[in-house]
Amino acid sequence: MVDIGRPHHPRLRLFRTTAFKLSVIYFAVFSVFAAFLIGYIASSTTQLLTSQMREAVDTELKGLEDEYRQGGIPRLALVIDRRSRQPGASLYLIADANGDKIAGNVSAVPESVLNGVRTGVQTVPYARLDEGDRSGSHSALVRVVELPGGFRMLVGRDIGERDYLAHVIKRALILTLGMMVVLGLASWLFVSRRVLRRIDSMSETSRTIIAGDLSRRLEVTGTRDEFDRLAESVNAMLVRIERLMVGLKEVSDNIAHDLKTPLSRLRSRAEAALAQGGGEAAYREALQAAIEDADQLIRTFNALLMIARVEAGSSNAEFDRIPLGTIAGDIFELYEPLAEEAGVDLRLEDCPAVEIRANRELVSQALANLVDNAIKYAHEAGGEPKVSITVRQDRGRVEMVVADNGSGIPAEDRERVTQRFVRLEKSRSKPGAGLGLSLVSAVAQLHGGSLKLEDNQPGLRAIVSFPAGDAVADA
Amino acid sequence: MRVLVIEDDQEASAYLVKALKEAGHVADQAGDGDTGLAIAREGIYDVLVIDRMLPRRDGLSVIESLRGEGNRTPVLILSALGQVDDRVTGLRAGGDDYLPKPYAFSELLARVEVLARRNSPQEAQTVYRVGDLQLDRLSRSVVRGSEPILLQPREFRLLEYLMKNAGTVVTRTMLLEKVWDYHFDPQTNVIDVHMSRLRSKIDKGFERPLIHTVRGAGYVIRDDG
Repeated sequence: MVDIGRPHHPRLRLFRTTAFKLSVIYFAVFSVFAAFLIGYIASSTTQLLTSQMREAVDTELKGLEDEYRQGGIPRLALVIDRRSRQPGASLYLIADANGDKIAGNVSAVPESVLNGVRTGVQTVPYARLDEGDRSGSHSALVRVVELPGGFRMLVGRDIGERDYLAHVIKRALILTLGMMVVLGLASWLFVSRRVLRRIDSMSETSRTIIAGDLSRRLEVTGTRDEFDRLAESVNAMLVRIERLMVGLKEVSDNIAHDLKTPLSRLRSRAEAALAQGGGEAAYREALQAAIEDADQLIRTFNALLMIARVEAGSSNAEFDRIPLGTIAGDIFELYEPLAEEAGVDLRLEDCPAVEIRANRELVSQALANLVDNAIKYAHEAGGEPKVSITVRQDRGRVEMVVADNGSGIPAEDRERVTQRFVRLEKSRSKPGAGLGLSLVSAVAQLHGGSLKLEDNQPGLRAIVSFPAGDAVADA
Repeated sequence: MRVLVIEDDQEASAYLVKALKEAGHVADQAGDGDTGLAIAREGIYDVLVIDRMLPRRDGLSVIESLRGEGNRTPVLILSALGQVDDRVTGLRAGGDDYLPKPYAFSELLARVEVLARRNSPQEAQTVYRVGDLQLDRLSRSVVRGSEPILLQPREFRLLEYLMKNAGTVVTRTMLLEKVWDYHFDPQTNVIDVHMSRLRSKIDKGFERPLIHTVRGAGYVIRDDG
């Protein structure tokens, strides 16, 4: 027996699921994306804050330079002293030419910083006076300008705030990643378990179907998700397979009946002839009958093979563009004397000049079968038997219609009679193997068409429709 | 008439040769393609009957070789493959007629005899004559004695085929193939009805019938007088 999806160790199975693989991929993609986004925001924010601080330092420097011009060092020292006392004050330092502090709220600043008049903005460690001597515990963005007389003035802003913001953003990033891991794991577990449950139920049902219970169907939950759609398709396939299996069984039963009957007749005829003796004339007669039985069997076999070949889409069958009217005319001509002899009024209606891509031999045989049947059964209804052959064109289809006014076929049997060997009870007494309509149906399908049986009120109307012109695939 | 049967089934082959001899012909046999080809090359046969599936060299290849060498001896192909497309491949390979197995010996004999006549002078004639019946292929007219007979086009072709092979039995299947160009088996015997119509036009009212039914085989047109 075929083994499909034998359950593995449950934990291993979770890792093998598509959901797991997708989770891993999405996790990686979103991590990179989140890192990029947050990194971008962080660096932009830092840049923005830095340039704002730089501007603030420059503005303040300009203001202080004005103060200096108005009142010299003493006024400057006074202003700085006042500003230093405000909360959130900037950093100030005024030093003389030797680098000694004259005023300001910053303690030690390295000598090199004060000398860097031309270097512009620099980041330096510093210590605030009001916080005791903890040199280097803070960082600041500073700028130094030279005042006349060798004095130097330093203005700066603490960058702790900016760094704190960067720190907050970093924490957000780590938190986000952590959340993603947790949520990813959770969704993976949820999806995997749900998917696995559906798959398990499908596998389980499939196994019982393989074991022979063709009536089972996959579960459809009604959520219209992809599993439902898959289950519906598979179920439709199962319905078709089941129908084919039933058909196959019916056909093999019929084959057994229709081939075994003449075979056993043949056998008993030979046996009886041997047992009875009776001289040459009797033997001759028995042999003649045996040959007739054999011929009937051969005919049945040939018809079966033919149908099988046509149904398999016999790739060698040659297709030409042929006028359907000519085929109809030729078959009419072939059967007209037979119909006349049988007392059937056989008519060929006016045919439009339409061509189809077809195999002349097969289409002729199909039409011959229909006409032959119609002549045989037209008698049954009493009244004057009539059979008509019509070719008509209808919206891209070309139809070949054979209608009779016999007893017809009951609606419920019409589909069945196109199957191999199916003969309705009342026709069992007539010659034929029940293969005629199957062949017609197979030929129609080979040409991309179909066979339809309709009520002719009274009688049967068989319609073989073909696609017009070049529409037939080069089978 | 000399017939060569190339067939690997010994029993079928022996039966065929015996039956051909009983029918008054000279028949030889070969059991495989190579031997068959060698014997056929002698060119002394009127008809070759070649099975399609043979050991050593298959039937179609035998025919192709012969045709390639310019040997035009008529060939009847026997085959277990009886479908339309198989027949077409057989005829394309150079075969002249195709008979699916299993066949009735009467069918095979009729086909062999018709094939053997193919190169006879009768073939080229424009007027066929059997007894007092005369068919003119050019003017498409038929006269019996001094009385003109009107025939439908298909009836004319039917009579033409019979008269072309006058004295030789033609089967119903052959008529369906040669006159109608159908190779399927119409379940009802439509040919018989056509023949009886033709007969009523040709023989009715005349003292001596020309068209005869051969039981278990087919029809023949001949003047028994």
